[in-house]
Amino acid sequence: MSETFSMKKLNMIEAINDALDVMMARDANIVVMGEDVGYFGGVFRATAGLQKKYGRTRVFDTPISECGIIGVAVGMGAYGLRPVPEIQFADYIYPGLDQLVSEAARLRYRSAGEYTAPITVRSPFGGGIFGGQTHSQSPEALFTHVAGLKTVIPSTPHDAKGLLIAAIEDNDPVIFFEPKRIYNGPFNGYYDKPVEPWSRHKDGAVPEGYYRIPLGKARVVREGEAMTVLAYGTMVHVAEAVLADKGVDAEIIDLRTLVPLDIETIEASVKKTGKCLIVHEATRTGGFGAELSALVQEHCFYHLEAPIERVTGFDTPYPHSLEWAYFPGPVRIGEAVDRLLKA
Amino acid sequence: MTDAGVLRMTEGARSNLPPLQLHVPEPKFRPGDAVDYSHLVIPAAGAQARPDEGCAASETHPLCLDLVRVLGDDHRAVGPWDPKLDPETLRRMLRLMALTRAFDDRMYRGQRQGKTSFYMKCTGEEATSIAPAMALASDDMVFPSYRQQGILIARGYPMVDMINQIYSNKADKLKGRQLPIMYSAREASFFSISGNLATQYPQAVGWAMASAIKGDTRIAAAWLGEGSTAEGDFHSAMTFAAVYNAPVVFNVVNNQWAISSFSGFAGAERTTFAARAIGYGIAGLRVDGNDPLAVYAATRWAANRARANGGPTLIEHFTYRAEGHSTSDDPGQYRSQAERTEWPLGDPINRLARHLEALGEWTPEAHAAMDLELAEQVKAAAKAAEGNGVLGHGLHHPFRTLFEDVFEELPWHLKEQSEQAIRERRIKWPEWKED
Ligand SMILES: Cc1ncc(C[n+]2csc(CCOP(=O)(O)OP(=O)(O)O)c2C)c(N)n1
Ligand SMILES: [Mg+2]
Repeated sequence: MSETFSMKKLNMIEAINDALDVMMARDANIVVMGEDVGYFGGVFRATAGLQKKYGRTRVFDTPISECGIIGVAVGMGAYGLRPVPEIQFADYIYPGLDQLVSEAARLRYRSAGEYTAPITVRSPFGGGIFGGQTHSQSPEALFTHVAGLKTVIPSTPHDAKGLLIAAIEDNDPVIFFEPKRIYNGPFNGYYDKPVEPWSRHKDGAVPEGYYRIPLGKARVVREGEAMTVLAYGTMVHVAEAVLADKGVDAEIIDLRTLVPLDIETIEASVKKTGKCLIVHEATRTGGFGAELSALVQEHCFYHLEAPIERVTGFDTPYPHSLEWAYFPGPVRIGEAVDRLLKA
Repeated sequence: MTDAGVLRMTEGARSNLPPLQLHVPEPKFRPGDAVDYSHLVIPAAGAQARPDEGCAASETHPLCLDLVRVLGDDHRAVGPWDPKLDPETLRRMLRLMALTRAFDDRMYRGQRQGKTSFYMKCTGEEATSIAPAMALASDDMVFPSYRQQGILIARGYPMVDMINQIYSNKADKLKGRQLPIMYSAREASFFSISGNLATQYPQAVGWAMASAIKGDTRIAAAWLGEGSTAEGDFHSAMTFAAVYNAPVVFNVVNNQWAISSFSGFAGAERTTFAARAIGYGIAGLRVDGNDPLAVYAATRWAANRARANGGPTLIEHFTYRAEGHSTSDDPGQYRSQAERTEWPLGDPINRLARHLEALGEWTPEAHAAMDLELAEQVKAAAKAAEGNGVLGHGLHHPFRTLFEDVFEELPWHLKEQSEQAIRERRIKWPEWKED
């Protein structure tokens, strides 16, 4: 990250808001739209104050039509704007899927670069808030599977701002999933203990003004020798807490961008540690962990000292009352860590 | 003109033309504003024609821009739409609406007391589910949104079961899987509620088409909010219903707000929601949604029409969301609090009570006694449900149920995951008994 002079303490929502603010001030082609994002500032307040500052033709509410939101974003992008639509919950992105998958993702390719879709679709995702199956999903693997879409998931306010700025500046369509469970603080999976606020966490310090974190660059959260842990979003903090609890000298890598993926950092780490644990909250079958596991196998097979471990959500819809039975928390991660240590 | 460079150059070249402007709707009132509803055209009760149920769809189209009203300012029922219900039925309607409100009040408080995660009231909109439920046959299939708890109450679904679902407890018939209020009640011909807006609309059409394929006599009815009419599913449903003349009643509950977005973001600045029927060539009615008699009459009309193979009807219920969107919402942030008090169509419970009083069939004393009795009834049901547990206090369905019903049968990977979940539970709570 570039040198910065002044930092401020922000939670993740404020950091996202700040990124939008910085970019809207720099580039008059950026427009923000979505359900309830205008006057109200979004159901999670991520766009609070922006309409007042930039006016109603740059920050506006939309009809409740995800298909419409993404479809008009593609059209605006074709004109030359840089739309940053919000989908209120990732669980509600599906009506917009055709516009994302068949249109935004393929526009550059099918027009041989004549048209592009420089849009960043922001959407809160993930569970742990007793939101039931329609406010908890982690559908990132549906998007990483689509050629032509980039998928970005921050895990700290600092990264959220820098990555969102890079996503907005990117000339290709980006899905920017925001782990809503850590909007206010780095929830670490110990759900019966209070979550420390971002203001007390080192990564709650966010540089003022413009800075970018390049897409495709992972972050080494912690260096270590015992094993490599690959995670993103909320699960970075859960993995960090569990490994600290168990006193394991693990190397924890926050992927930050799933597509394009920082394979170099992953490869170097697994070759060093010889063991790999993959953690995500999404369902297991066909999840992004399967892709990671295949890649690690392809790139590091002769360095592996144990089978690759995947810790994930279960292959069921996200439940309501049994949320913590579903969530890949400390016990599930702990068992996998023990298996790797014993191997 | 395929060269992007050429396209860009034309921007400045037409400078003699006026610049285009984007229109972004803005509601009339925001927090702190005085509210004046004089712009709303509220026709007199009884003034609307009632076409024959078998009429051409186009004959209803003037009513799409009108407002069917039965209860006048003097609390009398007037005009051709008066369903002429007997006092017994009217009192039942009143009681069901009041029970729905009492239920909402208690469940809202339960959420605030931490007994569950979430709740949604339908305050002010009770007529839009109670009156249709009474006007439909009890086995007509309903596809509601999340704000039609009144239908279950009207159909006599056990209140304790509703609360078990809200508390997500060990007696919850949905096994704690769904967000509170996302009921499913097959025995009440009540479809499983989805959190994804408008999905129930084409499903209702499909059910109605199936009923027609099989030569059944039952029809379907669906509900959604005005904001949800923007979803593609709404329009797919209209098209299919029109194409196949499906026996379905579409209800659009226009309560003016979709979370913080006013109805202008669903197109209300241009025309009414009932007017969508005109474009699809189906019958449409626009009714005073706070007038339970008008709602009843409109539903009856549409149901009779559908049952006689007259096809679909779209009914817009013009009403007002008197409270927040849900327990997660604070409407004071985006709309004027005076809207509720100034709303010119009043309150459905109040209006029906005044009507019964005008008939000499009801008194304020009887009403007060009824409210007390209903509050007690809800309280007793809540107590009984609490005996089965509240959210987050251990009294939930067994862990293995998490894996049931994903498929009819448990595949190997879910068996494995089920064992994993149970092992995790033993590690976390070694003192727990197996179930
Ligand atoms: C597909 C989808 N998009 C967005 C949402 C989030 N959401 C839930 S309720 C709601 C507002 C709906 O308003 P309206 O249709 O008017 O119904 P009302 O709440 O007023 O009854 C929104 C945007 C959702 N549940 N599903
Ligand atoms: Mg509404």
